[in-house]
Amino acid sequence: MLNRITEKITAGADITAEEALWCLTEGELLAVGRLADSIRRSMHPGGCVSFVVDRNVNYTNVCESKCKFCAFYRELDAEDAYLLEGSQIMGKIEELVAQGGTQLLMQGGLHPELDIEYFEGLFSRIKSRFPGLQNHSLSPAEVTHIAKLSGLSIKEALVRLKGAGLDSIPGGGAEILVDSVRSEISPKKIGWQGWAEVMREAARLGMPTTATMMFGSRERQEDIVEHLFRVRALQEEGGSFTAFIPWTYQPGNTELGGECASGVEYLKVLALSRIVLRNIPNIQASWVTQGAKMAQVALFFGANDVGGTMLEENVVAAAGCRFRMSQEEMIELIRSAGFTPVRRTTLYKELERY
Amino acid sequence: MTFEAIAAKVRSGARITESEAMLLFEHGDLLALGELAQEVNERRNGRKVFFNVNRHINHTNICVNRCRFCAFFRTADQPGAYLMTMDEIRGRAVEALAEGATEIHVVGGLHPDLPFEFYLEMISTIKAVSPDLHVKAFTAVEIAYLAKLAKLSVPQTLEKLKEAGLGSLPGGGAEIFAPEVRNQLCPEKLTGAEWLSIMEQVHQSGLKSNATMLYGHLESIADRVDHMRQLRELQDRTGGFQVFIPLAFQPEHSQLKIAGSGTSGVDDLRTLAVSRIYLDNFANIKAYWVMLGEKIAQVSLCFGVNDLDGTVVEERIGHEAGADTPQAMGRDAIVTMIRKAGRVPVERDTLYRELRGY
Repeated sequence: MLNRITEKITAGADITAEEALWCLTEGELLAVGRLADSIRRSMHPGGCVSFVVDRNVNYTNVCESKCKFCAFYRELDAEDAYLLEGSQIMGKIEELVAQGGTQLLMQGGLHPELDIEYFEGLFSRIKSRFPGLQNHSLSPAEVTHIAKLSGLSIKEALVRLKGAGLDSIPGGGAEILVDSVRSEISPKKIGWQGWAEVMREAARLGMPTTATMMFGSRERQEDIVEHLFRVRALQEEGGSFTAFIPWTYQPGNTELGGECASGVEYLKVLALSRIVLRNIPNIQASWVTQGAKMAQVALFFGANDVGGTMLEENVVAAAGCRFRMSQEEMIELIRSAGFTPVRRTTLYKELERY
Repeated sequence: MTFEAIAAKVRSGARITESEAMLLFEHGDLLALGELAQEVNERRNGRKVFFNVNRHINHTNICVNRCRFCAFFRTADQPGAYLMTMDEIRGRAVEALAEGATEIHVVGGLHPDLPFEFYLEMISTIKAVSPDLHVKAFTAVEIAYLAKLAKLSVPQTLEKLKEAGLGSLPGGGAEIFAPEVRNQLCPEKLTGAEWLSIMEQVHQSGLKSNATMLYGHLESIADRVDHMRQLRELQDRTGGFQVFIPLAFQPEHSQLKIAGSGTSGVDDLRTLAVSRIYLDNFANIKAYWVMLGEKIAQVSLCFGVNDLDGTVVEERIGHEAGADTPQAMGRDAIVTMIRKAGRVPVERDTLYRELRGY
């Protein structure tokens, strides 16, 4: 089987779902890793690893979705529920820009009162004050929620958000794109088709997007493969994914509980992502969930990017997983793994080489 | 010499040279190196991965040495300085036994005021809890210190300790043998040559020991290879080392502030893999998860490692240095971790006899 898969990859052909499943269940970690590494080398031959200077602004933790794997959400009337003031948000963005940040990632709960006008107002204020900043915000679940709350179609909501200054859409909330898993871990969240619909519309409107996968909760290996193949098909149909970002479920403080996926499992899934998703240019290592050392090792298992420095991050931190990283540490992380660090824009344009 | 030529040599069962080991360290393809190390390991150990259930007792943190990389030691009058009583030591051994531990791992500072009898009593106290508890105690550095304290030769000192119940020795205190680096790291400590000489006498006395190497501070790759060369040579003479354990330097709380120090995950895996290939007369290579983190330690099982140390309870030395791993890993967690790496967990005793498969 390994020979067959190797031959296909060498020939530039796509592997089948059955072959992908074999990689996860039977394949030796290093054998699968070497396949991914060979693809990474041919797609990114310069030995560079990129990162972006960004900040997550979690505008609210009030969320109607109440996913069982989430440690961040609160009920509207909870004591520690919050909704940031416009001035607080602007203050955070100012700090980001002052530190040379180029990407703003606004993500929050599905708040029952924040409709399209709220986001149009906020985004246009951000755009007029920080025209050079990439507004990379609102996952598909939020876009869907805002559209519904405002009586709009997905397309109408996206057109208006884009008009107000939303530049691109992060792929959060994908979790596992298989509804039997979603109904178990996030029953109130949009189904996989809903997620795909937002990403299709965004691509049609010319907005870049990314795709994620959260694994290690309740899914089977087959579901991981299904997820990867669905993302691959979406991209083939005209998707605008610039990157794929697999990361592991963090069980701390969650209703779902359980264990964290192991290091070997993470690297295997990462490598398989690189192998299956040859139509997506970049694969990100998740230092936020894996730590610096594992992120370095991930660069040999298909990853060519380490994501953002994340001046602020609250969602994963709420689940008890707190890794912090400055720009200098990010550069050192990449360099000491044997690669050339490159600071990039959200859309993978090189800004500076170190 | 190319990587392929070295790989062919290794596959034929031949021993590699120091310059070949250097090349493996510098070779770009981490995964090819890992596969070679894994092959060497599987030839020897199959798919089995050892762990043991132990408890660490760090009886005192008061130490006359002041190694620059150490965040654990205190002087006697410093806040936080401690010395356990015999009752505390016994209590820990009783707890450990109840938890199913088969080994007590005892290392501590070089306390300025304790008599030799304290150490003998500590061992016999643990053995009195249960003769089945293996006492793995005292680094070569402590043995040299105890010999001085007892005004005995090293062999005589070892005899007394054996009579009290000492079962084997851990491998600490080796740090890095290269004199220039060692002088900067730990000028008060035993030299590398002295460490090796003590270990030779330990092995001649019939006791087994482990061997370590502290890396990721001021040393060069050549220093690492030379360290391993000296271990391999001694092992050729005595066969007394059970396992090699590379220890990643923890820069966080150490006095030793070196720009860019601390190891990368890549360096950790590379060091483990090269040691598996170079140290052809060592049966086992251990990943010390307390310092590497659980994820890298697990991944290392695919890079030539076949031993995961114990389910350590109450480790203090690595944690004082800033290790952010949990204090202990339960038996179930370690078994799961080995299984999820596609390997077969085997609980062992201190002398690497199989106790139980999972």
